[in-house]
Amino acid sequence: MDRIPILRMGSFLLVTIQVDLYDRLALTLEADLVQMVNKTNAKGVLIDISAVSIVDSFMGRIIGNIASMSKILDAETVVVGMQPAVAITLIELGLPLKGVHTALDVEKGMNLLKSMIDEVVEEDLDEDDSVSE
Amino acid sequence: MKTLSIFRRKTLIVKFIQDRNLAYQFTMSLNSYKLLQNKKKNILEKWMNNQLSDEGLREDLISNEELRYQSEELIDALVSNLSGESFSDLMSEEWNSVIEILSGISITRARQGFSPRETGNFVFTLKEALLNVLQEEIGEDSKLLFEESMKITRLMDNLSVITFETFIKGREEVILRQTDEITEISTPVIRVWDGILALPIIGTLDSARTQVVMENLLQEIVDTGSSIAILDISGVPAVDSLVAQHLIKTVSATRLMGAECIISGIRPEIAQTVVHLGIDLSNIITKASLASALAYAFKTMRLEVRKINSVQK
Repeated sequence: MDRIPILRMGSFLLVTIQVDLYDRLALTLEADLVQMVNKTNAKGVLIDISAVSIVDSFMGRIIGNIASMSKILDAETVVVGMQPAVAITLIELGLPLKGVHTALDVEKGMNLLKSMIDEVVEEDLDEDDSVSE
Repeated sequence: MKTLSIFRRKTLIVKFIQDRNLAYQFTMSLNSYKLLQNKKKNILEKWMNNQLSDEGLREDLISNEELRYQSEELIDALVSNLSGESFSDLMSEEWNSVIEILSGISITRARQGFSPRETGNFVFTLKEALLNVLQEEIGEDSKLLFEESMKITRLMDNLSVITFETFIKGREEVILRQTDEITEISTPVIRVWDGILALPIIGTLDSARTQVVMENLLQEIVDTGSSIAILDISGVPAVDSLVAQHLIKTVSATRLMGAECIISGIRPEIAQTVVHLGIDLSNIITKASLASALAYAFKTMRLEVRKINSVQK
């Protein structure tokens, strides 16, 4: 069965979807990704959907689900490279993907993830400081 | 019988008519269709005279040669594609080529800017010419003249209706094309800074236009890799719940693409209406003017605009 590869880059996971997602593939990806986040203790997930030209409400929901699940596992999800037609379709379907971060391309997505993680780290440091005081 | 004898003389000159057809013609009384066939040249001359002497002749839009060519084409089609049986039946296939030519002429005229009257005259003058020739041919037999005139009138009236229908269709096409062009022109996406796009919307936002605006904006975001888009609605006369819905859709789609969308140019009246309608714009960044939206964009991109100190000597 086809699988979408999940690559590890430091504390981030990188998923590039190069084929059109069908339902079973999307479900497998969801399961694999959650497993992977748990296993690698990743802080961020970056999903590149620049090659995806067709989406339906199911796919929109899966992306939303992945984001929510990662959030619970303390990882931020960034979806990058969405095509204009896909964005319009999702909006028309009433799926604005609230809670999912987005970026134009992989580079910007990575920067976004890094800045988010930095913020979290800083917050943690602040808390540590307050404890020590 | 006098009319028949003239008719016989005329038809005998026409060499290509076969014997069988000849016999058929003698048994029939004078027939508008045959008249058309035999007196083609005569009709064309009369028609051209009628057209050229008409006050509504538009020499500025069409040359005489062009006009003659069009007239000849139509008469040729009329003559060569018709058989006696189908003469009064416009639905029959023989008429297709005539109707095609006529439609072509009136659509071109609609595009060239002829008035309906001028276009209609094209067919009306032909009718006049036909009736003139008919009168010359039939002469005193008023009953026959009336019957044949009725036939011709019915036929030409049908043709003029077709002319007008296609003329209007042609005009509508022109209007549609212009509407498309206006929609296209009225939604320019401007690159105000590296990574900042602005889209001033002038005029009412309806569903079709929102679609165009959205597509243009998203495509431009992809092309330029911009991360901030400013939607300026100072040129939108009124915002109702539908327009607001469209704006929210555009903003959400931009967000999905990974860019930020700011709505600027909200006039006090629009702010009032939006709140009265109970539209929630709280999760959209709104600014009063394009300037403040740009300032905000600079801030998010960590850019700074400063006044240069006077030149130091």
